[in-house]
Amino acid sequence: MDFLIMNSMDFSILSTVMFLPLAGALVLLFIPGDTAAKNWALLVTIVTALVSLPLYWNFDITTAQFQFGEHISWIPSLNINYTLGIDGITLLLILMTTLLMPLCVLGSWRYIEKRVREFMICLLIMETSMLGVFMALDFVLFYILWEAMLIPMYLLIGVWGGPRKIYASIKFFLYTLAGSVMLLVAIIALYLKTGSFSIPAMMGQEYSSNFQIWVFLAFFLAFAIKVPMFPFHTWLPAAHVEAPTAGSVILASVLLKMGTYGFLRFCLPITPEATLTFVPYILWLSVAGILYGGFTALAQQDMKKLIAYSSVGHMGFVTLGIFVLNTQGVEGAILQMINHGVTTGALFLCVGMIYERTHSRELSKAAGLGTYMPIYVTFLAFFSLSSLAFPGTNSFVGEFLILAGGFADYKVIAACAIPGAILAAAYMFRMLQRMVWGGTQNPDQSKMVDLNMREIVILAPLLFFVFWIGLSPAPFMDVMHASVSHLLSQVGVVSGDGLSVAQLMIP
Amino acid sequence: MKLMLFAPELLLLLGSLALFFMTTGKVGGKKARSFTLTLAIANIFLCFACLHNEGMLFFDAYKIDFFSQALKICISLGFAIVLLFSTELKGIKDEVRPEYYLFMLMSTIGLIMMVSSVELLSMFIALELSSYSLYLLVPMREDRAGLRMQMESAIKYIMFGVVATGIMLFGMSYLFGLTGTTYFSELIPAMHGLMGNPAAIVAVVMVLGGFLYKLGVFPLHFWVPDVYQGASNETTAFISSVPKIAAVAMLVRILALVTPEGKSLVTLLMVLSVCSMFYGNLVALVQTDIKRMLGFSGIAHAGYVLLGLITLQDSGYATSLYYITGYLLMNLACFLVICQVAQDGENLAIDDLSGLHQRSPLLALTLAVGMFALAGIPPFVGFMGKFMLLTGALKQGYLLLVILAAINTAISIYYYLSVVRVAYCNSPEQRPEVVVGGITKSVSLALVVIIIALGIAPNQIIQIATDVVRTIQ
Repeated sequence: MDFLIMNSMDFSILSTVMFLPLAGALVLLFIPGDTAAKNWALLVTIVTALVSLPLYWNFDITTAQFQFGEHISWIPSLNINYTLGIDGITLLLILMTTLLMPLCVLGSWRYIEKRVREFMICLLIMETSMLGVFMALDFVLFYILWEAMLIPMYLLIGVWGGPRKIYASIKFFLYTLAGSVMLLVAIIALYLKTGSFSIPAMMGQEYSSNFQIWVFLAFFLAFAIKVPMFPFHTWLPAAHVEAPTAGSVILASVLLKMGTYGFLRFCLPITPEATLTFVPYILWLSVAGILYGGFTALAQQDMKKLIAYSSVGHMGFVTLGIFVLNTQGVEGAILQMINHGVTTGALFLCVGMIYERTHSRELSKAAGLGTYMPIYVTFLAFFSLSSLAFPGTNSFVGEFLILAGGFADYKVIAACAIPGAILAAAYMFRMLQRMVWGGTQNPDQSKMVDLNMREIVILAPLLFFVFWIGLSPAPFMDVMHASVSHLLSQVGVVSGDGLSVAQLMIP
Repeated sequence: MKLMLFAPELLLLLGSLALFFMTTGKVGGKKARSFTLTLAIANIFLCFACLHNEGMLFFDAYKIDFFSQALKICISLGFAIVLLFSTELKGIKDEVRPEYYLFMLMSTIGLIMMVSSVELLSMFIALELSSYSLYLLVPMREDRAGLRMQMESAIKYIMFGVVATGIMLFGMSYLFGLTGTTYFSELIPAMHGLMGNPAAIVAVVMVLGGFLYKLGVFPLHFWVPDVYQGASNETTAFISSVPKIAAVAMLVRILALVTPEGKSLVTLLMVLSVCSMFYGNLVALVQTDIKRMLGFSGIAHAGYVLLGLITLQDSGYATSLYYITGYLLMNLACFLVICQVAQDGENLAIDDLSGLHQRSPLLALTLAVGMFALAGIPPFVGFMGKFMLLTGALKQGYLLLVILAAINTAISIYYYLSVVRVAYCNSPEQRPEVVVGGITKSVSLALVVIIIALGIAPNQIIQIATDVVRTIQ
């Protein structure tokens, strides 16, 4: 257990954070009434968020080991354990998840009209499994939560979704499941090599090149579909468009991050040699995703589709950052994962608010809102600027770091990704221009009411984070330094100060 | 106390005698059911009480050990669950209901005796006792449509069944010819010495055939879809679950005759496993009748079960038993829903489940849990079982087989998911609400809880299964 610093707090904080939503969901079974269900779900998610905050205060940024560890034997005959722990890579993802969930509940306040209780139960189960995926340090635990998550997400899309919900939900389920079955085989193969399902124990082992390549490919298929990387992205626009607002937010902000998290946690440290072999291909796929996502977003008439395709582009930047394999790139990628969660989540919430009013996601129907909804368009403008990585907003920091890392090692590839940033400006400004001002033939928007208090409360925290990360990213970057240098040393890449920091901090 | 060793069987035998006298009079189905149900539940308790008995009976042909007693509990549980949720027995005419229960009971007795028999002929007799009762259950379905579908199924069932039994008997004659004994205790050492002999392999394969037939493994699967479709819903629920446990138990017992030297047998079982998985899953994709679909899915699951058996190791056998027990529960969960939704005991098309989550949320949940579990999605028992089967098989180096099984999981998800989709995403249109009785509600809730519990905490049961398997070595 040398990789794990056991939890020294009064209570097992990770388990508490993870299972609070599930417990809340079970209690919710016995709470009658829609309003009560909403209030209860809000309460549970807020409490979870509050309980998760001490993770940040008590996090030791000087070590790359897993912290707040918990370790219980689960299935001894196969050496499967219930092991939890977090490091600098997962800390921010977990906090982002817990902090976003109350906003998701609030965002569904009026959007969900039928079967509210069941909806909230699905949301809470989702939260447990998402948090568990980031916390799990045992591969079986990870896989169970990774797969189990599909069921509530499937129901969120399939039951509460839009007109083509059946197509979208089935496609989502089949794509992600088909991608992960080989992951299971790879996990078992790794277990037979190491004799344990512990994720850290699988890192840094001497596997043969051939073995690494097959395992990497199995990993890659599962994670690339989840990210989704071009050309595995086709499930994403369908699922985003049909999902209810909260579903889209969860999908964009958290679920997509699991793919990139998988790359960071599994591909890089477990199969470093294969990673180095495949780097060029993955980088070019990322560039393809950036450009493809950008161009497709430029042509969309449906706002949700536009944002969905923009996600393909943004996630392309994240994978680019991960696979340039230097400190700036990887740290930028992790930060960009958070940024994308905040910004895209906010944009989906914005679209959801329009949808609640007009029951349409068509860009043309939402034209010329500026006069009637000044508060709304202010929020929208800031989030759009953040999405296109305007300096001063969060995404600028992340994207800048990724490109800086890219130019350090792969100049041609990074240069090819630059047009993606310009495309982002083009499609976001196109949307913003239409929505705020529109043209001469705007539909009659005079009936539109501006944001109410609830909606401002939803968006304000996200805007706060947009500027906080944008203007002072240090508190967010500090927590990941040690883990990132350790990760890069595991891959065996010597990169400037990264290794020296790693050597200083890890005895 | 020799009587205590035979107590569960004796209770059921006396019960069936009483039930037989009841059938001669004019007893309605209700009374017969409550009698059988009482008997079944009493039998569960009795089985638990006799769990740790050990001993030999009937000139050593009948062995009471942990293996047999634990499996008797599973069989009795399955029997009781089927009885509990088939409250109305809608597909059977009221006049023949007492007989129906009688034959179901006889079949259970046969299965219970089968897991205890350690001698070829007593094994054969027990198998036939259970099979012939089942053959009779199928044509008892009320013939509303006038298609005589149940007759066709019954004839197919009995014809294929008799052929399979014939093959098994033929194999037994080989075993006897090779070793001069019918007792397993003497057969095992004798056969271990004969593993290089092709006749020995042929004999074992033929004996296995009788039970592979019960399990519905390719190419002995032809009866499965037709019988599932032709028999009434409750009968199918029984046929598709309870005998399969006994079949796997007997396969484990017979495979004890084989040593790793009998490679060709392993190869054969491997081929059968792959064929079953692919055949079952691919054909299930296009089914519209839900019972037929579950039939093909059962063939595929038989293929998964073989993954554990081909390891020829205790751990693999234990996983197979764990998996088939899980399968019993998941399958019964699905059939519980089918039996409740079918208003008059008719066959259900998958579309008939439309909007089930509005017509009966609990049944929809049960169905979803059952289907996701069958598909092998965590955190349900189906995932854990499959995961352990794959781990065991990969440990033995069957990488290709494991990859093919994983691909099959991906294929199968489509048809399981379509059922969930129909239940949750379609609108009910004109379909009526489904009224569910209190007992059925608690049974379905219990099934859901057990399916989840066995999935997240499999350690205990795996331990028990391993102990169970060890006792027969």
